[in-house]
Amino acid sequence: MASRTEMLPTTSRPNPRGWARKHRRAEAAIGERPGSLAYGFLAVVIVASVFPFYWSFLIGSGDSSTLNDPHMSWIPGGNFLSNAAKVMNNESVNFWKAFTNSVIVSTVVSASVVFFSTLAGYAFAKLHFRGKSWLLTFVIGTMAIPTQLSVVPLFIAMAKFGWTGSLGAVIIPGLVTAFGVFWMTQYISQALPDELIEAGRIDGANMFLTFWYIALPAARPAAAMLALFTFIMTWTNFFWPFIALNQSNPTLPVSLATLQANYFVDYSIVLAGALLATVPLIILFVFAGRQLVAGIMQGAVKG
Amino acid sequence: MIRRAVVRWSGKEGTPRRLQVSQQLGRLDVKFSPYLFVSPFFVLFALVGLFPLVYTGWVSVHDWDLIGGEGNWVGISNFVFILQQRQFWIALRNTLSIFLLSAIPQLIVAIAIAAVLDTNLRNKTFWRMSVLLPFIVMPVAVALIFGSMFGERYGLVNTTLAQIGIGPILWHTDPLASQVAIATMVNFRWTGYNALILLAGMQAIPRDLYESAAIDGAGRLRRFFSITIPQLRPTMIFVIITATIGGLQIFDEPRLYDQIGLGGADQQWMTMTIYLYKLGWTQLNFGRAASVAWLLFLVIVVIGLANLAITRRIASSEST
Repeated sequence: MASRTEMLPTTSRPNPRGWARKHRRAEAAIGERPGSLAYGFLAVVIVASVFPFYWSFLIGSGDSSTLNDPHMSWIPGGNFLSNAAKVMNNESVNFWKAFTNSVIVSTVVSASVVFFSTLAGYAFAKLHFRGKSWLLTFVIGTMAIPTQLSVVPLFIAMAKFGWTGSLGAVIIPGLVTAFGVFWMTQYISQALPDELIEAGRIDGANMFLTFWYIALPAARPAAAMLALFTFIMTWTNFFWPFIALNQSNPTLPVSLATLQANYFVDYSIVLAGALLATVPLIILFVFAGRQLVAGIMQGAVKG
Repeated sequence: MIRRAVVRWSGKEGTPRRLQVSQQLGRLDVKFSPYLFVSPFFVLFALVGLFPLVYTGWVSVHDWDLIGGEGNWVGISNFVFILQQRQFWIALRNTLSIFLLSAIPQLIVAIAIAAVLDTNLRNKTFWRMSVLLPFIVMPVAVALIFGSMFGERYGLVNTTLAQIGIGPILWHTDPLASQVAIATMVNFRWTGYNALILLAGMQAIPRDLYESAAIDGAGRLRRFFSITIPQLRPTMIFVIITATIGGLQIFDEPRLYDQIGLGGADQQWMTMTIYLYKLGWTQLNFGRAASVAWLLFLVIVVIGLANLAITRRIASSEST
């Protein structure tokens, strides 16, 4: 898929808005006005997307008998807040601790991934050094390595340093991602004109200042998408936090697992908890979903 | 080449008034800063990515338990032991089964969604966002939500099926049924995401291809199968490879499908990663867990390459 970007003449700057406009015109030219069948199909897809949210609220607002009631009502009951309170007040579930931890871990990991990826991406896209193409190939190659497979030695190492159970154990393995480096390299090589860097250099800025004042601002749109994506991936990550952390210091997915183990007889509380853990990302999605869509689609074309 | 010359020049000459020392520093800066910039990634990756991968190999050829730590060198006997376990083969079967049950329907539906989204819809962003919505639900929550729908006696799915005359399906007892349920969770979360990637691939197809095909009298379906699908090949390979790497490591959904989390009483939905977890953290045998990790890696490589070959064949046979 890289051929697409390579085909652009190197002197012209890509103009995302112009690109989108051209595309829209092409779409219009084909002129396939979708019929009611298309809208009907999409409606089914959307019902399938949204229904589980409604279902969790429906069950989560009932009581312990709601799930197994053969004559269950499709109108939510009034117990959601009290169920939510039960989730939050349960000592072994540790909801607020988990919530705070999830915020800390996701924020630190996203910030770190964005910073280091932009730094490396800038070097790969715009600077010249020996071994560059070999190193970049290596980065891309590592994306194919399934990271979950390293859990055994990672756990041994963390246990040796006494870090198991602490947030560091889940933050450190997430600090850099090959995907991030690749993503920023792709973006910067298109979006940052060489003339700007040269101008900065001629004005006497050293390499790091050039990065900080010229590359970083230019990379902001891609950096925002990377941050968003990394935040969601970290927030929803379960396997490694589940192994590295414990009930007294969990992240949200880990505490949801505890909730299920404690309350499996009362699904109204379990599903209230599942919904609560998702609320922050729903809010994020409302504000930044558009960017997330654009980011995933751009990543696909470049990747 | 011009670019490179300019950077070299500005590094070497500087302004005439500059001191020799700062020129020297500037040159060092130009020469070594790139390495400095890429080093955080490589150092951290070496520590948390490469080292563990190699170390997994080291652990897998030793007796190693969670508490006692490193024991004797045992060669390949951990691997031999694992390969003789019935549970390993069940885990492999379940993992492949869940993977196929999720990957194939997911790809077909995702292509269909992408094809519809690729038409001249009103409110494009709205539809795209709605399709992506499931992606933000953590797999753990997805497992809890769907787990509650797939109850055997009063579950929503079975009561609905009963209304159209289909008898209760044993979602938590029957191996295939439980794997279908777990694959449904995966499909819920990833279909829309993959649809957007495929949509991006479709939009990159030159529109004049469609136009000339339309002039030649090709109908909508013909254009879809003779242009869209073959042109989409690189994107499809990308989607399938990503789905393979992620899908074969599946853990969250089967872990939370019941309260015990070890893949069912008869290992109906025990996957490779659950088996790895079970060996390492309930039986405290890290040597064996590490060998399962390597075997899983091997499976991922083999399946990944197989998928690559299949996708190539399918997409190219349709282009002719």
